[in-house]
Amino acid sequence: MSTLKIGEGFEELIDWLGTRGAPVFDAIRSVLTACINGLESALLLPPSYAIITVLMVLAWRLSGLGTAVFTALGMLLIQDMGLWKATMETLALVLCSAMVALVLGIPLGIWAAYSRVVERVLRPALDLMQTMPAFVYLIPAVLFFRLGKVPGVVATVIFAMPPAVRLTNLGIRQVPTEVVEAAIAFGATPRQTLLNVQLPIAVPTLLAGVNQTIMLSLSMVVISAMIGAGGLGEQVLKGITQLRIGLGFESGIAVVILAIVLDRLTHALGKPRARSS
Amino acid sequence: MEKIEVRGLRKIYGGNPERAIALLEKGQSKQQILEETGCTVAIQEASFDVKAGEIFVIMGLSGSGKSTVLRCLNRLIEPSAGSVHVDGVDVTRADRAGLLDVRRRKMAMVFQNFGLLPHRSIIRNVEYGLEMQGLERRESRPKAMQALELVGLKGYEEKLPRELSGGMQQRVGLARAIATDAEILLMDEAFSALDPLIRRQMQDELLELQSRMNKTIVFITHDLDEALKLGGRIVIMKDGCIAQLGTPEEILRSPADDYVRAFVEHVDRTKVLTARAIMRRPESVVHPKDGPALAVKRMRESGTSTLFVTNQARKLVGLVRIEDTLRLMAENKHSLEGALVTDLPTTSPDTPLAKLVAVAATTQIPIAVVAEDQSFLGIVSRATLLASIAGEQH
Ligand SMILES: Nc1ncnc2c1ncn2[C@@H]1O[C@H](COP(=O)(O)OP(=O)(O)OP(=O)(O)O)[C@@H](O)[C@H]1O
Ligand SMILES: [Mg+2]
Repeated sequence: MSTLKIGEGFEELIDWLGTRGAPVFDAIRSVLTACINGLESALLLPPSYAIITVLMVLAWRLSGLGTAVFTALGMLLIQDMGLWKATMETLALVLCSAMVALVLGIPLGIWAAYSRVVERVLRPALDLMQTMPAFVYLIPAVLFFRLGKVPGVVATVIFAMPPAVRLTNLGIRQVPTEVVEAAIAFGATPRQTLLNVQLPIAVPTLLAGVNQTIMLSLSMVVISAMIGAGGLGEQVLKGITQLRIGLGFESGIAVVILAIVLDRLTHALGKPRARSS
Repeated sequence: MEKIEVRGLRKIYGGNPERAIALLEKGQSKQQILEETGCTVAIQEASFDVKAGEIFVIMGLSGSGKSTVLRCLNRLIEPSAGSVHVDGVDVTRADRAGLLDVRRRKMAMVFQNFGLLPHRSIIRNVEYGLEMQGLERRESRPKAMQALELVGLKGYEEKLPRELSGGMQQRVGLARAIATDAEILLMDEAFSALDPLIRRQMQDELLELQSRMNKTIVFITHDLDEALKLGGRIVIMKDGCIAQLGTPEEILRSPADDYVRAFVEHVDRTKVLTARAIMRRPESVVHPKDGPALAVKRMRESGTSTLFVTNQARKLVGLVRIEDTLRLMAENKHSLEGALVTDLPTTSPDTPLAKLVAVAATTQIPIAVVAEDQSFLGIVSRATLLASIAGEQH
């Protein structure tokens, strides 16, 4: 025990926050639960072939034939390995976390682009968030949301949000001053400037942020199996703890396939023009 | 009331503009104020008028505050003190809606690096100002097309800005500004990013457009040749102050201080100064009222051997030489008729010196400067011409 009783003090703080913030945490919990359940049923209720077809068409439209073929083969392999359900659970968690991370991160990034003070406060915070080992985020999540999928999503959101904030901020700041000045000089309001000029020009950078957020979400969702978030991470964990090397390897392959598919899909989002012209 | 009236304009960047202004009023320099308060004085004080229909050029070295002055006119930069009246209304006191209205309808801006929206097609860029005015697409499209045609870019509507050359992009910038029908154009180094050849071409086109549209243009440049070519009047800025304001000729002929002098030193004066600027008012006799005797007397008084002859309406008729006039006197003639030389070198008052040199090379007699209706305005002698080219003061 530390002589300064750091542990005890911290426990008290958490208790206090837990009781005082109960309504807030409950609200967060129910929103996230609804989001996760909705996505899970959307992915698991239809037959797997329907989902594979949708993913394949998406891959084909966004990226190209190669990606489409890879997606189809990869997903069929996952199904063949009996990991379809786990994979869809993981995908649901990833989508839910990424969505929340983007909904919070993009406005924060816009705010940071507009205010030097906000940027100066956020920058070290984001640096810290990205340099800490991933499973450190599991601690506060567990403290406030106990075990299960919800804390998994909370930890993932914290872990995956920095690139969304950072790249939104960067994308908006990269818009040439003269272009923004031109918009204002012709009488655009701040809102019009943001929506018609800054955000559209920032889109490629912003989508790079979306891509990174989704990829970080996937890695964190797998780790959150340690606090009972389920999905592929749980299979990997089983493989490790029960020394079932085969299962561990197969789930690992499923994670990699999912990662490649998600990366190709979101990477392509940023460059639709390159293809159409 | 002038189109734009700027009075006591000041801009101080930094945390403590009030203190900086107080120090400015005490006469401290830009440098002292920076050291004492950490504030950058971008405009110490500027007052000037821009007349309707003129091209008003703001000139000065980098950092002298040109862009800041221009951006204070439409409050892209908020002035620290002073007023800007446009058509008699103080823009610095306008509320949000009033300011937007000024920006949308009164002033349009053209930028050094064009400031086009990269994600929009050319025609949608030209439409931008009209869109801000609240026009529907079906109203704005024909106007935008017209503006695009005016700058010679018909057929490029659906291209993206990056598919066009620099010169073409700036034409789009110009079209966007013209399309709004704003009476005032603010142009910040609009041609500085272009190749010299394209740049000169754009200057000519701007002058050509201006002769048709009659806008009030505030044009920033750090290039003296450009300033002299475009400017009806030029203001030269130095360290956030106005060093001199005047017509190109005034600035060339009598620079206010060493700073301005250094600026105009290397100008090719023969291209800028015109016959009008250096001509002298000559002695002349009136035909047929005055006879040979008076002519000889005038020549003696002014120590010349030739004399210009005009008619009653002061139109140039010709010139007489001393030897011919003396002959007429000896022959007891009362008219100059017999001695009149009518084949003379003449020039218009707006001829630049460079062209006068060619004329002067073919003749010994001074060149007569005549207006379009042949009225006699003055003469340019070889000596005057050489002296002005050498940069002497008059
Ligand atoms: N946003 C700003 N913050 C602080 N100082 C500024 C800012 N903008 C301009 N300045 C300073 O104000 C002064 C005038 O700048 P301004 O841009 O008006 O000069 P300029 O004459 O247009 O120069 P250039 O020819 O380089 O465009 C300079 O000393 C500049 O450093
Ligand atoms: Mg400038």
